[in-house]
Amino acid sequence: MKPAPFEYVRPSSRAEAVAALAAHGDDGKAIAGGQSLVAAMNFRLARPAVLVDLNGALDLDYLRPEGGVLRIGALTRHAAFHRPVVEGPLGVLLARVVRNIAHYPIRQRGTFTGSLAHADPASEWCLVSRTLGAQMVIANVGGERVCAAADFFKGTFTTAIQADDLLVEARLPLMGPNWRSGFFEFSRRAGDFALAMSLAALEIEGGVIRAARLGVGGVADRPLRLEGLEGQLVGQAPSAALFAGIGEAARDLISPTEDIHASADYRRDLIRTVVKRALTQAAS
Amino acid sequence: MSWIGRSLPRLEDPSLLKGQGRFVADLAQGAAAVKFVRSPLAAGAILGIEKPDDGLVFTADDLVGVKGIRPLLHRPDYVPVSQPVLAKDRVVFCGQAVAAVVAEDQGLAEDLAEQVFVDIEPEDAVVDFAQALGEGARPVHPEAPGNVLVEGNIRTPGFDAAFASAAEVVALELRSGRQTAMPLEARGGVARFDPLTGRVTLYASVQMPHMLRTGIADVLGFPESDLRVVAPDVGGGFGQKMALFPEYVVLVWLARHLRRDVAWLEDRRENFLAAAHSRDQVFQVRGAFAADGTLLALEADLKSNVGAFSCYPVTCGVEPLMGLAELPGPYRFSEYAARSRGVTTNTCMMAPYRGVARPMLTLTMERMMDVAARRLGIDPVEIRRRNLIETFPHRSPTGLVYDEGSYGETMELAVKALDLPAFRRQQAEARSAGRYLGAGFSVFSERTGYGTPAYAARGMDIVPGYELVNLAMDPSGFVEARIGASPHGQGLKTSLAQLISDELGVLPSKVRVIAGDTDATPYGWGTFASRSMVISGGACKIAAGKVAERLKSIAAAMMHVEPEAIRLADDLAYAEATNQTVPIGEVARAAYHQSHRYPQVGPGLQEQALYDPAGTFSNACHACIVEVDVETGGVKIRRFVVAEDAGVLINPMIVDGQIHGGVAQGIANALFEELVYDEAGNLLTASLADYLPPTIAEMPSIEIEHLVTYSEATITRAKGVGEGGTIGAPAAVINAIVDALSPFGIDLFEIPATPQRIRDLIRNAERTHHV
Repeated sequence: MKPAPFEYVRPSSRAEAVAALAAHGDDGKAIAGGQSLVAAMNFRLARPAVLVDLNGALDLDYLRPEGGVLRIGALTRHAAFHRPVVEGPLGVLLARVVRNIAHYPIRQRGTFTGSLAHADPASEWCLVSRTLGAQMVIANVGGERVCAAADFFKGTFTTAIQADDLLVEARLPLMGPNWRSGFFEFSRRAGDFALAMSLAALEIEGGVIRAARLGVGGVADRPLRLEGLEGQLVGQAPSAALFAGIGEAARDLISPTEDIHASADYRRDLIRTVVKRALTQAAS
Repeated sequence: MSWIGRSLPRLEDPSLLKGQGRFVADLAQGAAAVKFVRSPLAAGAILGIEKPDDGLVFTADDLVGVKGIRPLLHRPDYVPVSQPVLAKDRVVFCGQAVAAVVAEDQGLAEDLAEQVFVDIEPEDAVVDFAQALGEGARPVHPEAPGNVLVEGNIRTPGFDAAFASAAEVVALELRSGRQTAMPLEARGGVARFDPLTGRVTLYASVQMPHMLRTGIADVLGFPESDLRVVAPDVGGGFGQKMALFPEYVVLVWLARHLRRDVAWLEDRRENFLAAAHSRDQVFQVRGAFAADGTLLALEADLKSNVGAFSCYPVTCGVEPLMGLAELPGPYRFSEYAARSRGVTTNTCMMAPYRGVARPMLTLTMERMMDVAARRLGIDPVEIRRRNLIETFPHRSPTGLVYDEGSYGETMELAVKALDLPAFRRQQAEARSAGRYLGAGFSVFSERTGYGTPAYAARGMDIVPGYELVNLAMDPSGFVEARIGASPHGQGLKTSLAQLISDELGVLPSKVRVIAGDTDATPYGWGTFASRSMVISGGACKIAAGKVAERLKSIAAAMMHVEPEAIRLADDLAYAEATNQTVPIGEVARAAYHQSHRYPQVGPGLQEQALYDPAGTFSNACHACIVEVDVETGGVKIRRFVVAEDAGVLINPMIVDGQIHGGVAQGIANALFEELVYDEAGNLLTASLADYLPPTIAEMPSIEIEHLVTYSEATITRAKGVGEGGTIGAPAAVINAIVDALSPFGIDLFEIPATPQRIRDLIRNAERTHHV
């Protein structure tokens, strides 16, 4: 359980980190919290020749609302979200979701953007980013570009990040006062990877859903936003029957993956329940 | 004042809690690191092994003169199989050690191991019962063409007549997934070579140090005195650390061959692949019941997957033969017909694991009781009342003799603790709100503390069972007890100190228990089969009693009274009639330094004692309340009650700890843990991401009630309590789930009852109802 030999560099700024990644190309790998990468290295499933440790790049350590978005720098740990980080519904939503991420010690080290870059299909932050329409800020020596969540997740452990890129920031749109959220995850044990999970956000005014965001994670090679079903929610009054119907529709839309913990058939069945429960919590 | 019965804080804990325990890895400084290259395939012929040009790499060809590990049972239905310490011509399971590499540190050893390539011509793997026992199945070992390594059969004379008179026959097939013991500390050893004497000291995380020494010396062919085995602090074993593993043989061979210190510290992945597994059983039974619920006769066909090899010294007969002998459990019926087979496959070897066969046989009997109760329209508690053993000694259909117990009483206590009538009202209310609660019971016997007669009856080549203790009070009045047993984390030193203190009248802090070192302790058998407290405790009591007699004789002479007039307590020898006292320390000094005054006693205060009992049965009832989320199949345990009778409790806190840990492992068996092989014999669950021990978040708080039956079967009146938690929990949990889901008419016969398995049953039931 010892990693294959590697070199280690510790840049002291974002610019140095980006330069280090450019210098090492395919051989370089950024590490922040290391909660997935180090385990993979110890199993020798990951063998980066050079680790670029971001922990000295303190200009990546920020978390602030600005210009209608929450800007999450690349050194922001999961634990930062244990309490609402912004006023209003987004802070509540993130605090609700973060408790489902692994275990307390892992949340002290692992980072928000690290989860996005790793792109585990069962990542809660990937689901949040996809469902709420996050924007990813990707930097390299040539400058930076902004990538929409819809274009960012390419498949299991695969994203729009290229060899000499660094994901430096994620931006989540702030939510107005009438938004409410619900999140439901089913896993074998507390802290395990989700067998299925759903995030719902509803803007409710005068007893009617004015806008909706609905996503499902842990069931496919990437998080899924169910925009068609969002449309079916808008204009409706929240009700058990409506949410049960949306849950069934979600189930029928998705062809899930399978593994030793859940067959595709069982996962499909779970989708109905997690979607219904996330919606119900959002409306309650 | 008695020390027995007090929850004395464990004498072992101060160092452990401060991080100052001495485990094998703490003793590895300066030793070269050993890494094993393991077979990536489950079955095949080794065509060649490519080694790197540089580096120390050893294979079977290097181990000249080293024998295989060949555990024996003297029974006609047992097929001995020899396990090479490094695979030579063939591999028979994925993870089998093929080569050993040695390097200066662990990382370099792993780098070197990656450069060893084992060329294997693959064969089809035999993984499960269908493949092993099917028509034309490929033999895993040529010696066992039908893949059965051991078989036991029994049929009582009145079986057919009793079976024919049944009003109701309940036929069930139960399955248990494969588990691993998951000790916090994996296996490991440090072999230190002494260039002056040529002797090796092996520090190893094991439960049976003396047996390990015998086994290694036999396989390597040298006198036992050339090897010292030390089990330092051991971070749990649960049976996994009682076998002789090839890795330890190789480690000692390497130390002697290289004339240097070498260490192997197993990682978790190796522990999953190659340590030892457990369970993986299919029990088919048919119970013949009278209309009033009396069980008249039982027929059984028991299959245990024993993996690729037989474990030394207890052999692969442990699970199948215990299943055969103990299936009747706490029930009174006398007619029994059963066959039990140990089936070899291309999977990791099985070793005993806490509970051995009984979690599965208890699940079988307790599911059968619930199903019979439902069919016959009898309350599940009532049907047990009508069948439990009530008179003692009880002789089972397989000839086991049960000493005094409290089978009915523990069940009634659990029913009361649960407040069953109140629960039934709650259950009904919850159902009308769409919530599914259920209650389940499990009554069982736990055979513990058995000595040589029980093992001899199995036909074992190596018959364990007795324990020796060398006990001495030194001239300062402190006590050293050198025991052949070997604790693996269960607080045995504390419990034994309490027992010894009561005999000798000294504080437990004056009693040092020395264990786990073959240079410092008499030959003994270690920790397994819920035996340490009963057998080593019994030997300690006898030895301490003999030393107490010597003390009393000398004290009596010092105070000019009769020895019978002396009482030892509070570090004093009291002559009560004359109201005199002498400090025990002074008596001890006199015993050594003034022995000429006491010629009738002789010098010193040293005694050896042996204890080799026939065994004693603990008993318990587990009761559990669960809530099932019928939309996901998830299960939450709301309450867990254990009503236990382990006789006299030496240290109630330690006993409760045994129950807590056992129940956690039983809940793991019922709901969470499962080792899964694919068809090619690859282990799919070789990490803690895929193999799921319950965490504290999944554990209920465990409510324990104790009853105390005074049994003549044990000299301390203490019964064993090491395994009951794992034995009873699965059946209680599964019965509760079935009760919760009774509106769906679902039955459950497979563990672990994963959410997917439960949800699939619910969906099936929903479909059937709609039709």
